[in-house]
Amino acid sequence: MSERIIDPAARGWATSWYEASARARIDGFLDAGSFREIIGPEQRRMSPHLPLFDLPRAFDDGMIIGSGRLDGKPVLVAAQEGRFMGGAFGEVHGAKLVGLLRAALPLNPDAVLILFDTGGVRLQEANAGETAIAEVMRAITQVRAAGVPVIGLIGGRAGAYGGGGLIAGTCSRLVVSESGRISVSGPEVIETNKGAEEFDSRDRALVWRTMGGKHRRLTGGADAFADDTVEAFRQAALDAIARAPAFDLTTLEAEQRRLEERLARFGDCRDATEIWTRLGVNDPEAVPALSTADFDALLANLGETTHDAR
Amino acid sequence: MSGWRREREARDARIEAGRAHAAGKVVAAAAVVDLLEAILRPGDRVCLEGDNQKQADCLARGLSQCDPGRVHDLHMVQSGIVLPEHLDIFEQGIARRLDYSYSGPQGGRIARMLYGGQIELGAVHTYLELFARYFVDLTPNVALIAGVSADREGNLYTGPNTEDTPTVVEATAFKNGIVVAQVNEIVDRVPRVDIPGDRIDFVVEADKPFYVEPLFTRDPAAMTETQILMAMMAIKGIYAEYGIRRLNHGIGFGTAAIELLLPTYAERLGLKGEIATHWALNPHPTLIPAIESGWVKQVHCFGSEVGMDRYIRERSDIFFTGADGSLRSNRAFCQTAGLYACDLFIGSTLQIDLSGHSSTVTQNRVAGFGGAPNMGSDPHGRRHPSDTWMKAGREAQVTGDPALMRGRKLVVQIVETFGEGLVPAFVERLDALELAKKIGLELAPVMVYADDVTHIVTEEGIANLLLCRTADEREQAIRGVAGYTEIGRGRDRAMVEQLRQRGIVRRPEDLGIEPLDADRSLLAAKSIKDLVHWSGGLYEPPAKFRNW
Amino acid sequence: MEKLSFRHTTQKALPGAKAQAITGVVASGNLEVLLERALPATECTVEIETPIRGYGDVWAAVVADFVARAQPGGLRITVNDGGARPDTVSLRLLQGARLMEV
Repeated sequence: MSERIIDPAARGWATSWYEASARARIDGFLDAGSFREIIGPEQRRMSPHLPLFDLPRAFDDGMIIGSGRLDGKPVLVAAQEGRFMGGAFGEVHGAKLVGLLRAALPLNPDAVLILFDTGGVRLQEANAGETAIAEVMRAITQVRAAGVPVIGLIGGRAGAYGGGGLIAGTCSRLVVSESGRISVSGPEVIETNKGAEEFDSRDRALVWRTMGGKHRRLTGGADAFADDTVEAFRQAALDAIARAPAFDLTTLEAEQRRLEERLARFGDCRDATEIWTRLGVNDPEAVPALSTADFDALLANLGETTHDAR
Repeated sequence: MSGWRREREARDARIEAGRAHAAGKVVAAAAVVDLLEAILRPGDRVCLEGDNQKQADCLARGLSQCDPGRVHDLHMVQSGIVLPEHLDIFEQGIARRLDYSYSGPQGGRIARMLYGGQIELGAVHTYLELFARYFVDLTPNVALIAGVSADREGNLYTGPNTEDTPTVVEATAFKNGIVVAQVNEIVDRVPRVDIPGDRIDFVVEADKPFYVEPLFTRDPAAMTETQILMAMMAIKGIYAEYGIRRLNHGIGFGTAAIELLLPTYAERLGLKGEIATHWALNPHPTLIPAIESGWVKQVHCFGSEVGMDRYIRERSDIFFTGADGSLRSNRAFCQTAGLYACDLFIGSTLQIDLSGHSSTVTQNRVAGFGGAPNMGSDPHGRRHPSDTWMKAGREAQVTGDPALMRGRKLVVQIVETFGEGLVPAFVERLDALELAKKIGLELAPVMVYADDVTHIVTEEGIANLLLCRTADEREQAIRGVAGYTEIGRGRDRAMVEQLRQRGIVRRPEDLGIEPLDADRSLLAAKSIKDLVHWSGGLYEPPAKFRNW
Repeated sequence: MEKLSFRHTTQKALPGAKAQAITGVVASGNLEVLLERALPATECTVEIETPIRGYGDVWAAVVADFVARAQPGGLRITVNDGGARPDTVSLRLLQGARLMEV
């Protein structure tokens, strides 16, 4: 007879956000048993395009949407599966997110949460994907304008690249972990266009200090830094909902000012470590290795990495 | 008696010629070609140092730029054919004959060149065999080696990657040969003297630090549930069963998974202190959690591993370190340790046949042997007993007087039934045989012979070949763990069930293991970053393994 | 894409009342398995879409062993394969059956 060495319930290890599947993230993130999926896998609403390329499809097209509760609050949630086609936006994938955001207007939840994990647009259905990116950004502004915060959570394998990076820029608040990356052009794209001298995509330390969670948090691109656990993301999301800015002219003007000032102050920097030095970080080389607690302490000392804009 | 000192006189003349391009012993990187053309003679036996880890790459570039009109028909006797230059010199006519051991990344090209007759092959050796022949009939006339630093007298600090250097220098310097060392820097005083200066004739200050391949780093993030399941079976069905304390691990993900399960799964089985205490092993980053949890008593290393130097320095209770604090590795000694002092070798392979012969050769690649056959063989010269060794000996078929029984080393192959691209690991006939025929090798490149292998671990179970009494039983035991490969599906199901009753084939459930428990949460570290945390920030992984 | 379909009779129904479950991800070397309690108690179907052609025999063997072991009576199982190896397929099927038993 087999003995059960591991009792999943009792093993006591925190679930890694980075490692978890999109479904596991939702399961661990929302209040237990509260998730109600919309267009679940049993409906088999799969990509009509991938078979033309002889590529396998996924039942949910890599986008899982639904409603649930977060510490009792009603929320809508969307999660991308970064391992299926790199979490890329295809027609069904994108339409599900657009539909969810549009549903937020009549449903009026406490927040919409987007669990990003994407390399951008799916090349095999690029037109539909690009359209979806634009529709999602428009929908997010409408949802925010209606007073519902849209919170982006970024800490998956694929990061938030391409159109995913653009969408992230329209969210009310972004939570990022160390493994999370946010950018429009990916490392390989930059290398291809500008050369390995400019950006060596295989130098992973360079990639992370340019696009990774700590850098994005330090420069105000992300608003909260979370440990790589489902529980840490849950807490950070709750906190972000509470502190989401209003979506009005004042906020947008503040955001414009913030970005202009950032460009003026750091525009000539050749490397992220130079930016960190100007921010007042004493030992920039040590930043990548800092634990979350030490990094939070550093942020608290710098004082200017938190803003009311966006 | 001048007729008995001709080698010495020739050597002195060459050194004299070389001095024209040196200041004392020191040679500028720009003068390497001149130096080599001055000291080399056509037909020389040359060891261009390089193995599966470090490379005398500056000297390799220099040799490849020599004038083939002056330097030609060299006989290369070296551990590794790894850099493009190692083969360029054969195309250029600088070298003609080759005796070597390992050719990992150049395996495809070397096969083509052997087939095309561009290389006259002596033999493909194991590391220990080639080292041995350095002292018998393949003694180098010139050795081109690599170190971290040297002083002007030639005293050499090899750094943590000492590897083959002492062996190569011993054979060359004490038999009238010439030793040229490339170093990253010339210093007034070396941190420690790994090779005394009177064995080094020339020191080249290289244009850049010598290359080291991080060959032994396995990223826990890439470890699969299947590999974890196999590791659980190996720990419970072999390590615990035989009480294995002294061992060597190969470089695959399966063995790395075992290392990462010691502080978790094996700890819960109550095995701490009972298994895996003394190692002949490179400083695998995946061993850090086991070391930090107090599992490991001692590790001797073949070479170092990129990023592990600071950690090793701070863990001198575990590793062999010099008075300066840094690791002292030595490939020849560690290979000997793996052969004679370890009770178990466990490693992966690409193909296993129905008798249990295995090979890492695929149709068009000659990857060489490296050290695996030395580790993965039963040393008939062993004379000291251990409980593990004797237990294995008792399980094996004893012929003749039982009082004359000797023990057996455990040689375990840990393989997934299908490899990359759904290529089966179990085959009727090894590709190595086809390749040997095609390129005219006298001896087929078999990594581990059937009579040495004792166990095969796959995701389907463990086959204990020691307990098999007939060739038929052996074949069915292998088929019985070969999963859904053609070999596996061709099993005699009734006979495999009988073998299972006798404990020759053991399934996860026979070992009390539930396959669905094989979960990544069992890994003591799930990422390179976790390993850095375990090391207290002392492990500094190379950039390609970072995601922060 | 190659489509495969298998129908088996089991000795009993899979215990549990869960109506559906999904496990795995369509990624290189991986697969997703959707299980639905949609058939009579001693019937089981497994439908597969795979980008790797020519392994029908292996799929048949893996599915047959799974059915014998898990007795997944009543289940309609649908697989989107990303080129998984047979041992991974077997593991996911068993994981899926376990999820349905909860």
